[in-house]
Amino acid sequence: MKSKKIGLSRLSQVQGGTEHWADGVVHLRRGPSGGSNEEIGQKVARGRALPADGRLARKSYKIKKVLVLGSGALKIGEAGEFDYSGSQGLKALKEEGIKTVLVNPNIATIQTSPLLADEIYFLPVTPYFVEKIIAKEKPDGILLSFGGQTALNCGLELYDKGILKRYGVKVLGTPVSAIELTEDRQKFADHLRGMNVSVPPSEACGTLEQAKAIAEKISYPVMVRAAFTLGGQKSGVAYDEKQLIEIVSAALAVSPQVLVEKYLHHFKEIEYEVVRDSAGNCVTVCNMENMDPLGIHTGESIVVAPSQTLTNDEYHALRQISIKIVQSLGIVGECNVQFALNPKPKNPNTDLMQSKGQNQEQIQNTKYKILNTKIEYYVIEVNARLSRSSALASKATGYPLAYVAAKLALGITLNKVKNQVTKITQSFFEPALDYVAVKIPRWDLEKFSGAEETIGSAMKSVGEVMAIGRSFEEALQKAVRMLASKARGISYAGFNTATPDLERWIKIPTPKRIFALAEGFKRGMDAEKIHEMTGIDPWFLYRLKNIVEIEKELGEKKKLDKESLLKSKQAGISDKIIGKLAGKTEAEVRYLRKKLKITPSVFQIDTLAGEAPAKTNYLYLTYHGSHNDVKPLGKNSVMVLGSGPYHIGSSVEFDWSCVNTALSLKKYRKKSIIVNCNPETVSTDYDMSDRLYFEDLNLETVLDIYDFEKSGGVAISVGGQRPNNLAGKLHENKVPILGTAPENINRAEDRGKFSALCDELSIPQPEWANCASIAEAKTFAAKVDYPVLVRPSYVLSGSAMSVCFNDADIENFVEKALGLTAKKYSVTVSKFMVNAKEIEYDAVAQDGVTLVYAISEHLENAGVHSGDATIAYPTQKVFSSTEEEIKSTSRKLAKSLNITGPYNIQFLVKENKVYVIEINLRASRTLPFISKASGVNFARLIVDSFYKKGSPVRLSYPDHVAVKSPQFSFARLAGADPVLKVEMSSTGEVAAFGADLGEALLKAILASNNLTEKKSALLTLGGPVNKRRLFEATKLLSDAGYKLYATGATYDFLKEREIPAEIVYKLNDGKMPSVIDLINEKKVAFVINLSEQNGEKVKKVGGEVTDGYLIRRAAVDSHIPLFTDLQLARSFIKALTEKSLDDLEIKSWREYMPKGKMDI
Amino acid sequence: MTGKLILKDGTEISGYSFGKEKSIAGEVVFATGMVGYPESLTDPSYAGQILVMTYPLQGNYGVPSKEYWESDKIQVSGLIVSSYIKTPSHHQSERTLGDWLKDEGIPALEIKDTRALTQKLRTKGAMLGKIELGEKIQFADPNKENLVARVSTKKIFTIESYGSGNKTIVLIDCGAKANIARELSARNVEVIIVPWDYDFLNANIKFDGCVISNGPGDPKMANKTIANVRKLLAKKIPTFGICLGNQILALAAGGDTYKLKFGHRGQNQPAVIKGTDKCYLTTQNHGFAVGKIPKGFREWFYNANDNTNEGIIHGNLPFMSVQFHPESRPGPLDTGWLFDEFLKKI
Repeated sequence: MKSKKIGLSRLSQVQGGTEHWADGVVHLRRGPSGGSNEEIGQKVARGRALPADGRLARKSYKIKKVLVLGSGALKIGEAGEFDYSGSQGLKALKEEGIKTVLVNPNIATIQTSPLLADEIYFLPVTPYFVEKIIAKEKPDGILLSFGGQTALNCGLELYDKGILKRYGVKVLGTPVSAIELTEDRQKFADHLRGMNVSVPPSEACGTLEQAKAIAEKISYPVMVRAAFTLGGQKSGVAYDEKQLIEIVSAALAVSPQVLVEKYLHHFKEIEYEVVRDSAGNCVTVCNMENMDPLGIHTGESIVVAPSQTLTNDEYHALRQISIKIVQSLGIVGECNVQFALNPKPKNPNTDLMQSKGQNQEQIQNTKYKILNTKIEYYVIEVNARLSRSSALASKATGYPLAYVAAKLALGITLNKVKNQVTKITQSFFEPALDYVAVKIPRWDLEKFSGAEETIGSAMKSVGEVMAIGRSFEEALQKAVRMLASKARGISYAGFNTATPDLERWIKIPTPKRIFALAEGFKRGMDAEKIHEMTGIDPWFLYRLKNIVEIEKELGEKKKLDKESLLKSKQAGISDKIIGKLAGKTEAEVRYLRKKLKITPSVFQIDTLAGEAPAKTNYLYLTYHGSHNDVKPLGKNSVMVLGSGPYHIGSSVEFDWSCVNTALSLKKYRKKSIIVNCNPETVSTDYDMSDRLYFEDLNLETVLDIYDFEKSGGVAISVGGQRPNNLAGKLHENKVPILGTAPENINRAEDRGKFSALCDELSIPQPEWANCASIAEAKTFAAKVDYPVLVRPSYVLSGSAMSVCFNDADIENFVEKALGLTAKKYSVTVSKFMVNAKEIEYDAVAQDGVTLVYAISEHLENAGVHSGDATIAYPTQKVFSSTEEEIKSTSRKLAKSLNITGPYNIQFLVKENKVYVIEINLRASRTLPFISKASGVNFARLIVDSFYKKGSPVRLSYPDHVAVKSPQFSFARLAGADPVLKVEMSSTGEVAAFGADLGEALLKAILASNNLTEKKSALLTLGGPVNKRRLFEATKLLSDAGYKLYATGATYDFLKEREIPAEIVYKLNDGKMPSVIDLINEKKVAFVINLSEQNGEKVKKVGGEVTDGYLIRRAAVDSHIPLFTDLQLARSFIKALTEKSLDDLEIKSWREYMPKGKMDI
Repeated sequence: MTGKLILKDGTEISGYSFGKEKSIAGEVVFATGMVGYPESLTDPSYAGQILVMTYPLQGNYGVPSKEYWESDKIQVSGLIVSSYIKTPSHHQSERTLGDWLKDEGIPALEIKDTRALTQKLRTKGAMLGKIELGEKIQFADPNKENLVARVSTKKIFTIESYGSGNKTIVLIDCGAKANIARELSARNVEVIIVPWDYDFLNANIKFDGCVISNGPGDPKMANKTIANVRKLLAKKIPTFGICLGNQILALAAGGDTYKLKFGHRGQNQPAVIKGTDKCYLTTQNHGFAVGKIPKGFREWFYNANDNTNEGIIHGNLPFMSVQFHPESRPGPLDTGWLFDEFLKKI
């Protein structure tokens, strides 16, 4: 990032001052020279169309080949929404007959499919690689705004360096000058002020002292923002100088500049999604209101569409301002404008009217008095590209923003783009919603040891859900259930009459606040009081109160008559909670409900609120209806259950499986019905299936949909663990499940049963025991020797899984694990094998016979969660005898479990002996990687197997290597310890191809890390084993001319062996130069920090802080690649010292495939 | 209390009453705007109609004081919503929507499935209906009544004028929304408001141009207005019609109008300037449309969804009109520039 430029599109004013507060008051009255739509209108009306735009339209339409930049791995602040936007963009280009070239190393995405892109490069989205691709592919146009900030930054750099010009690549859509203007805070703020648009008083500065002075001038509280783009990193609100010092210091550590701005306490936060075409036509597709007041990042906030508390005048004034901004920038495509709106405007200003010479007193009749509506607003952010909000807006309205934006980028005007939902109208309109959409973020903070739980102006969430209902209550409660936590609604979710500190939970924003609010109402708290405490508009609070009151009534009455049941369902109360209140089981409530004919209606999302007959297949359920918009598809349809919100352990890879399954059903003339609730996904694009239910994946909803559709089968094995967990219950309810029988799924997933099966088949597995108490666990651990691995059954992404090295670890952990385990299942303690290899086996079987399989290898030793592991295909260091054993073991398991459909087995290999760790009878996380690395679409075979039409496919041994690398988002999670462990913590992944392991690995690491060309590294190696085993690699580095820095014992070790190194001191040493300064000053290209495998304590909140933790934390905070695994570090160093950048081949996926065919 | 919405085709839908508990008959129409219920309910164009709101939550921000309304009272005959919100939140709110309806004597029902009702009206067209709360009543067709006469200013010989400036505009009140006058006055012209049938050309008024307002019902009922507009045209006085005014201008100039199946009522109607790619998002509220374009005029705007007429303009004389509402309230503020265009002609 250039120091003179600040990437954030937040706005500032050069001179802060109170006079700007008055700017915020606008009148609904439009002057003759008001909004820019009007100005253009006047010109057009006078027969003067905009010449520049007209030329653009004609010129850009000749584009034949377009380069699209993706966003790379999923990370906090930049996630699945860009798979959606890229996919829609590619689709729109393809329709126009344009060849597309996509650069995106995120191999699990759907956009990286030949279905959507003509050429695909699994290479880093960096100027170096993209330039090479441009030189090779010679595209004539490029799209920058479909791959988040990653693509935008890369594109701007290519533009600034003159690379695009040199190769004659035209930037399509919004002009670069406009993007650059929005990316430069100061210039943009000046631009807005120049056109009478209000921005919060603020000033930028580069030192702490300056920041203090500015804060004094603006007056506390102030918002501090660092010059980083993704999701408000290192931002915070300071209420006093002490907090200011803390926040500014942290921000200045990562950025040369910070912005101190007036904190708009308890203002509403409102967003508009705007599209504009090259003819200057402009509409706002959606507006959204954050339930949480300003101060909580919109990505962290509960958001509702459309706005609920805005009057016509407010809604349209803000709409007009967003259009005015977008017109002024000349956006061609999509733009997001975020506002702060004062719910109690303090600065009424009537100057505007008086300046028009009106004499109000002369007007007797109040009916015609000039409106005195005052609005106090500030523009707080503008994103001149597709964003998370635009993905949400697309799903909330049915208006495919990314698809339309791509058409507009080609110069097509809005009225020439067909409305993809109605098919009979066009795209120049603003959707009218006849429902409410509610988004709730999904956090996984408990997965990161040490991470702070509070939420605020920086993003921490890893995914989101969206729910649709005909009342706020219905949508909100659905959304809560969609999160896949234990909560079945806002009540009875972790808070009860005994919870202490309830007021604190209400006041301090955390992921749990919504539940604390419900408990507050249960305890009789007043909505107005909670409003004072939280700034949440009373409108929302009264809706929550309504839910609590209906539940209370139900609890008192205990009688479930038709009226009370219907009322409860209309308030979104789940059968389970109704049962709890009325003393019945969930199943009993369901039975009664159906007997009383209280079932949800199926409604369409048609963008026009029913005004035009729509062909749309985009559906939701509601209890506020008495009819269905569609007829059941019946036996010939198949329900495909999606994966729900992205979170650690369940991400875009399951969406890939889901979409590919739905698409493959066409071959069998089956109608696909996707059920999913994640607005970031491609599976929730309405053209990926014959029907889309934007709905929850819990039993109640899935049964409701099944009862209506009467589908011939339900696919539960392609959406990850969540739908898979429904196997038993769906089976009990006589729902036909495609693939492996539910009894066999249970046999594979219940550890006891599975272990018995392995014993029966003489398949070795690490010693294990079921333990129901700490004492039992300790006894077992003593028997097999520490370390041991502790985990519950039905595990995904290592939730509540840990390696324990001693009795104390067990005590600490087993309680937590037991607490997380459903009563029916037990906790497993197993021998943890040190220095073992881990192998992934992915396959599809039909009636117990394997049709296709692929074996891949973890580069790290066992002990790193498979989702965090670096995985290579084909295997590099596995003996063929071992592979044979893996195959034979898998065959046995497939046969005895009579598997039909996907399965994945994880093996341990130690001293050439093969052990089974676990088996999953569902599509695994590695499925898209394996499919794309091997060139065989496993999902297609899954569908074949469902219909018993699969024939065996033998994978040819590839002449390339593919490597999948994890993407971590630790930098986003203050306090979290960035160390690899058995619990998964990565948020995404990338993959790359190469002629050998080294090339593929290096590309993958470059794609997921910010590796600079600096020839220096820091080594801090704990224990003699690590030092010895990394020695060879260390020597390679040194020989290759790397300057090495090392801490205490590592330095001594290197010195003894005559490897030149420079010593840096740990904090505890108290000497200079300090290792932390070294990292903060970015003097090294990467850090290798290896801990002894003895269970070094990770940092806990308020607990002890180790040097190792501080070093790791400093590395991620400074965005320096960090290696904490010995094996990976060795492989990386080997590759780094063997290859130069020039050695990394620029080859498309097609070029790696046999016969150059991408047939998946 | 529960009541019933009964349609002419026999459909009966029961719902909870949250307005005045009385029975009323009218024409049932739906509107798709997501904000602006105080503005819509006070829009005189809705006179005689039972309005169905497609946005399911109504009452969210309460009701502001009278100065923010579009006329002195609620104009709709009845209101149908999916869910009524009785706990509004807004700094301008003075009372709840329910209380307002009760105060003004307007019945309202919460019926949940407004979507089914909308689909019926879309398929079968706007339909006669009645809300029955207690007393049984007959259906009544408001389009057979001269609704314009009902909603136009009653003070027949009183000329309300306001605003200042050196130009004067006569606004023919066929049921004008207050914001038309506000928009004109904000542009520094004096506005004189006259009743729909007032023969202002023979009165002693000096004026520079005329605006024909929006209004309810069948334009052909406003025969006196049509006759007056004919005189205006003969005198080549700059004239600007809005909504019903568009239809009246067309009829006065020799064109024709017809009844749409279910009309346009919403805030997201796309109007395109004919011969260009320039579109505007507009507020609309009409059940009739211009069919035959009068001689000397051309189509100015058309609807991008169904190609119906959205405005006409004369080839060389200062006569123009639009089917949508440039004054907005409720709705987008995109076409306010039309007032400037018109004022340039005077």
